[in-house]
Amino acid sequence: MEPEFHYRTIAELAALLAGRKLSAVDLAQGLIGRRKAVEPAIRAFNSFDEADALAQARASDERRAAGRSLGPLDGIPIGIKDVIAVEGQPLTASSRMLANFVSPYDSTAARKLREAGAVCWGRLNLDEFAMGSSTENSAFGATRNPWDLERVPGGSSGGSAAALAAGEACACLGSDTGGSIRQPAAFCGVVGLKPTYGLVSRYGLIAFASSLDQIGPFARTVGDAALVLGAIAGHDPLDSTSFHVDIPDYASEISRRGGPWKLGIPKEYFGEGLDPEIAAAVEAAVRFYRGRGCEIREVSLPHTRYGIGVYYIIATAECSSNLARYDGIRYGHRSKDAADAVDLYFRSRAEGFGAEVKRRIILGTYVLSSGYHDAYYLRAQKVRTLIRQDFLDAYRDVDALITPISPILPFKAGEKADPLAMYLCDVYTIGVNLAGLPGISLPCGFSKSGLPIGLQLIGQPYREAELLSIAAAYEAAHDWHTRHPDLEKSIAAWNAKNPGSAS
Amino acid sequence: MQNYEAVIGLEVHVQVKTRSKMFTRAAAGFGFPENTLTDPVVLALPGTLPVMNRAALDAVVKAGLMLGCEIAPVCKWDRKNYFYPDSPKNYQISQYDQPVCRGGSVEIELPGPARNVMGEHRRIPLTRIHLEEDVGKLNHFARDSLIDFNRAGTPLMEIVTEPAMHTADEAFAFLTALKTVMIYGGISDCDMEKGQLRCDANISVRPAGQAELGTKVELKNLNSISFVRDGIAHEVARQLAIVRSGGRIDQETRDYDGQTGASQSLRSKEQAHDYRYFPDPDLMPVKVDDAWKERLRATCPELPFEKQRRLYSQYQVPYTITCVLVPDRELSDYFEKAAALSGQPQVAGNWIVNDLLRELGHAKLTLGECRVRPEDLAGLVRLVASGTILTPAAREVFAEMFKTGEKPGAIVEKKGLKAGASSDDLERWCREAVAGDPRAAAEFRAGKESAINAFKGPVMRAAKGGANPKTVDETLRRILAQG
Repeated sequence: MEPEFHYRTIAELAALLAGRKLSAVDLAQGLIGRRKAVEPAIRAFNSFDEADALAQARASDERRAAGRSLGPLDGIPIGIKDVIAVEGQPLTASSRMLANFVSPYDSTAARKLREAGAVCWGRLNLDEFAMGSSTENSAFGATRNPWDLERVPGGSSGGSAAALAAGEACACLGSDTGGSIRQPAAFCGVVGLKPTYGLVSRYGLIAFASSLDQIGPFARTVGDAALVLGAIAGHDPLDSTSFHVDIPDYASEISRRGGPWKLGIPKEYFGEGLDPEIAAAVEAAVRFYRGRGCEIREVSLPHTRYGIGVYYIIATAECSSNLARYDGIRYGHRSKDAADAVDLYFRSRAEGFGAEVKRRIILGTYVLSSGYHDAYYLRAQKVRTLIRQDFLDAYRDVDALITPISPILPFKAGEKADPLAMYLCDVYTIGVNLAGLPGISLPCGFSKSGLPIGLQLIGQPYREAELLSIAAAYEAAHDWHTRHPDLEKSIAAWNAKNPGSAS
Repeated sequence: MQNYEAVIGLEVHVQVKTRSKMFTRAAAGFGFPENTLTDPVVLALPGTLPVMNRAALDAVVKAGLMLGCEIAPVCKWDRKNYFYPDSPKNYQISQYDQPVCRGGSVEIELPGPARNVMGEHRRIPLTRIHLEEDVGKLNHFARDSLIDFNRAGTPLMEIVTEPAMHTADEAFAFLTALKTVMIYGGISDCDMEKGQLRCDANISVRPAGQAELGTKVELKNLNSISFVRDGIAHEVARQLAIVRSGGRIDQETRDYDGQTGASQSLRSKEQAHDYRYFPDPDLMPVKVDDAWKERLRATCPELPFEKQRRLYSQYQVPYTITCVLVPDRELSDYFEKAAALSGQPQVAGNWIVNDLLRELGHAKLTLGECRVRPEDLAGLVRLVASGTILTPAAREVFAEMFKTGEKPGAIVEKKGLKAGASSDDLERWCREAVAGDPRAAAEFRAGKESAINAFKGPVMRAAKGGANPKTVDETLRRILAQG
């Protein structure tokens, strides 16, 4: 066995494991070694329980030895964003509020991963309560982009994307409310899939905005993403918003479907503010599909320009209510100086939440307040319906849409101090959440400065198999996903520039 | 002097009797050790989600059908946001603009001119009935407070009346009638001591004849039906005293203390909450179609007052008896069986209301635990009616039935209680009685007619009630005449 397998795909590792050329414990040991080498520079994990990870790997080896392997994910280390509950592991949402909280129960997604034999591999950093696009809003420190340690990995699932790009996990789970899987996947040069709303159970996912949140996989390849999605998708009686739909074997669906497809280019997604290098990479991808015999049409999503406004009303309204439960009474941070119950609320929440979380709670409380509710919240819901209708109208003519993920390349830490500037970067990703559609981010090139660029494909509700097939066709003809950051060099450069830094 | 009229509307919370909670599988119940009826959903742990309990929705639809409400085609859920330590999520899942039930009414009976005379009946219109989840319970101690979340998440119906009542008696009658309907439908046990029925009252006064409502005061913590009546009477009197002395009523919420009979202000209008209602994104609207409604309509029992009118006309039982039978659905069913089988509804009613309930009370048993089956009680009534046994013997038979559950016929046989069955014994007992009191015998023979009564006691005692008084009288006269 080769010592270097931290950039291998799940498909490759599963074959090695099945052929007894690799044990799950060796795989785990190898990744633990890799993690030790790079994690001080990347800071993707909030916590990592080495003994527990090795115990899970050992159990996998025992199953395989007994002829009871649970399939291709058995023994594969999968990192989990620290908003998805795993029984017995910390669940912090990267917030002081939950710094000491350990979940007594499993999320449905984590339970399904365990049932597929995967090793629950540490807790991955994020913007506090998934609010942000840079993983800088973490109470436990920012995560760095493996491609350039001075830059952010994107967010909110920045820890998941960075851990994968740095070779610290074989796949990761993230959550996507307005782009929180797809944008960090693009920033870190990996595949990230946001499934159709309702495909993956939200039970055990700390809610940011319930009508927008969805759990999804980060993976090195489209095929790997399909494997993880297949394991976690499906109706869950514990989530009333989860959908009754048959889950196909996505991986075999991908190999069966070859197109050609009718693909739409939404003109509103190629306007002002789009980085020319990103525009060029996406246009090259469009040319690829045309060359493959796909029919390319320009389509219009006329309500796109209202997306950010609608999103920040609905998401903040829901979050103001969802985060009310963090009050210092039953669990979580409790202020020591409170005079009475009301004072306990004020102090615990003032001390426990970071600035961005407070900003959004205040915004959401405002838009739901008597006298403003109709003008903001109700109006936003109506526009949301129009935005969804835009997409459904487009799908009368095309099978999927091609767009950029982010208008900008990964930016430097601290560069976007103005929250509004950060919100505006979500412009290409939030429509998918508002419309409840599946969207995938896959690597489609690099900037001249060597930063990854992501391509977004947006599919039709519950047609992930088709979306993955379209993505796989692109991936099969390109090698972007096989490139990896030269971390040794980056770490050395960082250390030279930041003498005495903790990295 | 200006006449004033009080206007009263009630908001009644009724806990729905279900096995599990409103939005999770944790068990619902009362009297369990603190914080044992919880799970991650009840405690609002991070990441948990609600899933609707269909049995609770069934119950509120059924309640609506029984009360003639219009049932919404879709059951939609909203969040009511407010911070309080007994509310684990710091929002309550409730229904804001689309309650399950609208309209409908509750028939009430006002006190009659006398206890045994039926009072006036009225219908109190309902505004709405919606479903929500109950909160936990705060227990206050000297230095701190502890929270018990056992009650949190229990399905709770909120029933809101129109401001259509004018006296405390009406409110009392409303709650009594509502409670009976809920118990009839199996929707709730409505035990106020267990908090299964709770009531707030909105009270205002206005000059008689004025259409516009006066400033309302909300009265809270009316935790028994009598406290509702007393609290409302107290509040109406308080408001009348203020307006009659030229004062103005402040819009406020007041707390009534049933023990002291006094109330105090809890909060004024300025401190009123903004609950920031919005549709709960964790719950999908649930369609309540005609098939669903019809399935539940088939389970709706006859309403209590309808049953009372029917018992009155079908069996001619007195009003006072129906008043005892009707509030208890099981008891009235028991009565109807016994009445039909005995052919003597009034007698059967008397047995049930007087003897059966007294014995159940002494033995601290419920009707369900009672060993006297309605068909056996009917058998007893028939034995008396046919003259087979006499009433005193029947009481003895009943006592035995209550104790052992044996059939009345078997007990009569075993104890030899058949009236007139043992004429030899009767002859002997009469002779012994006459022989045992020669003085009375002499007096009777001397013409003192009443002296014969002196022998009847011993004879009846010897017969253990199983002798026909007329036969005893005739036998004694024959023996005395024989000298």
